[in-house]
Amino acid sequence: MAALETGTTKPSSRARRESLTAETWRSLRRNRGAMSGLAIVVLLLLTAVFADIVAPHGPAEQFRDHLLQPPVWSEGGAWRFPFGTDDLGRCVLSRLIHGSRLSLLIGFLVVSFSLTCGGLLGLVAGFFGGTADLLIMRAMDILLALPSLLLALVIVAILGPGLTNAMIAVAVVFLPHFARLMRASVLSEAARDYVVASRVAGASRWRLMTDTILPNCVAPLIVQTTLSFSAAILDAAALGFLGLGAQPPTPEWGTMLASALSFLQAAPWVVTLPGCAILITVLAFNLLGDGLRDALDPKLKR
Amino acid sequence: MLRYLAARIGLIVPTFFGIIFLTFILIRLVPGDPVEVRLGERGIEPERHAALLRQMGLDKPLAEQFLGYVAGVLRGDLGVSFSTQQPVLREFMSLFPATIELTFCAVLLGVLIGIPAGILAGMKRGSLYDHLMMTASLTGYSMPIFWWGLLLILTFSVNLHWTPVSGRIDLSYFVDSVTGFMTIDALLSDERGAFRSAIMHLMLPTIVLATLPLAVIARMTRSAMLEVLGENYIRTARAKGLSALRVVNLHALRNALIPIVTVIGLQIGVLLGGAIITETIFSWPGIGKWLVEAIARRDYPVLQGGVLIIASLVMLVNLIVDVAYGLLNPRIRHGR
Repeated sequence: MAALETGTTKPSSRARRESLTAETWRSLRRNRGAMSGLAIVVLLLLTAVFADIVAPHGPAEQFRDHLLQPPVWSEGGAWRFPFGTDDLGRCVLSRLIHGSRLSLLIGFLVVSFSLTCGGLLGLVAGFFGGTADLLIMRAMDILLALPSLLLALVIVAILGPGLTNAMIAVAVVFLPHFARLMRASVLSEAARDYVVASRVAGASRWRLMTDTILPNCVAPLIVQTTLSFSAAILDAAALGFLGLGAQPPTPEWGTMLASALSFLQAAPWVVTLPGCAILITVLAFNLLGDGLRDALDPKLKR
Repeated sequence: MLRYLAARIGLIVPTFFGIIFLTFILIRLVPGDPVEVRLGERGIEPERHAALLRQMGLDKPLAEQFLGYVAGVLRGDLGVSFSTQQPVLREFMSLFPATIELTFCAVLLGVLIGIPAGILAGMKRGSLYDHLMMTASLTGYSMPIFWWGLLLILTFSVNLHWTPVSGRIDLSYFVDSVTGFMTIDALLSDERGAFRSAIMHLMLPTIVLATLPLAVIARMTRSAMLEVLGENYIRTARAKGLSALRVVNLHALRNALIPIVTVIGLQIGVLLGGAIITETIFSWPGIGKWLVEAIARRDYPVLQGGVLIIASLVMLVNLIVDVAYGLLNPRIRHGR
């Protein structure tokens, strides 16, 4: 199947792109895992957008008479605080709901940055080759030699702890992955007949790069974007857990978990629930990303 | 093969110097006056400040400082820790065995469970087991391991009292450090129960650290098996009437192993990153915990040296994987 496709020339017209979208959607709809991932992602998005309406209380609102109240399903819980309260008497559910805003925002900002910068670097490296390629890819190799969390830690250590700096750190960590992927797809596309045809027809270098090659490199980037989204949320939460990301009282899930550590034994829900939120979110994006990869890469369809 | 090797090493040398350069500017990007950062105090008199600046060699031109740093690195001199006044390299070497011990056990666990689980899932594609395995591995892959570690501590240490919460061995045992690996040292010592204690301490951190590589290895093994099982030579082997076990062992597994070995090698970097969190949760006295504490104490030489060593190790492992890959697969080394 894949071999057949290589042989034919690929027009970069709008019709082709639309049919790709339709085809992807059809394949995605058959994939139960991907669909449940998508459902959770949509649900999370809605929660994040309408956090103020959905959350029963404010994220920083303290109820001094209800310190460490258990969640509704365990003894001593009440529906007023379905997920219980933390050590300062704040509603855990409300904090989790407001935290979904942060997590999705972190994922979005980090991935947009790495996608734009990394994609651009990869495009330039792949398209122009030579010295530009050498310099860019060696720089990316240096970043790749460091374990991702270590690199993020180092960047935060220099910039100082905080949510913004944590996001910058994670974005830099993901940069080389996008650059490499983009470069690889540009290189494989540039050799195709339709690109050669376009060049022979007199297309300028700029036009070749942006109009001819770029649209055909999108598919692998979409998959990487989805998978990076979950990794960004996970890494930012890990930095928050280590005390280097968002600072209390920000309702970031990793930070919430870290600041509740001393109550692990007395009030396990303040630790377990934020972790569940992280796991479910990350899992949803990974399910979706896996489904997209299967849908977009015919070689993996077996 | 030699040419392939030379090309690979040729690629690594500039990267290595790039990392030396990165760690060199790292310490200079820290906001604030370097002398104040070094001493941890403010408002130093100008004369003393100038003297300290000279003493630290920070008054020389940047290029000269860099050359001095490179020369030091090549001699194995990575500077002195701000907080303990110990050479960074010596501190690293004393803590590294703890991290290796943990990492080795985690890889072992990942391989011992991941490869059979992946093979079985690949053979029984679409079955209930396959679906369960894929779900479990994706969950493992998505796991926030700091939370996973806490859950295990809560269940097995706090509630069931099966395993200790932190450290490498019970404080009541005095084990001489011979190899630096607690399990081996405990075996060598005469203390009864020391080995058991070391193993119990190792259990939970190993499970936590192994989670991610286990998930990756299982998924990779499954897809490598699927790839190989679709090949013609497998059909031939089956047509010859070979038993299913023989087909898998003799024909499929061998060919599927190449990508699996690569993935295991590439997990080393991931593991060293994961060790940062795992060691912090379990107070495991290794490199990860050392680095996190160095950040909290603003001990920049430790951070600088630690990053340099770890990056070099990751590059070395990647080189070995690349070369092994070339050895196993002639198509790769002749392809370029």
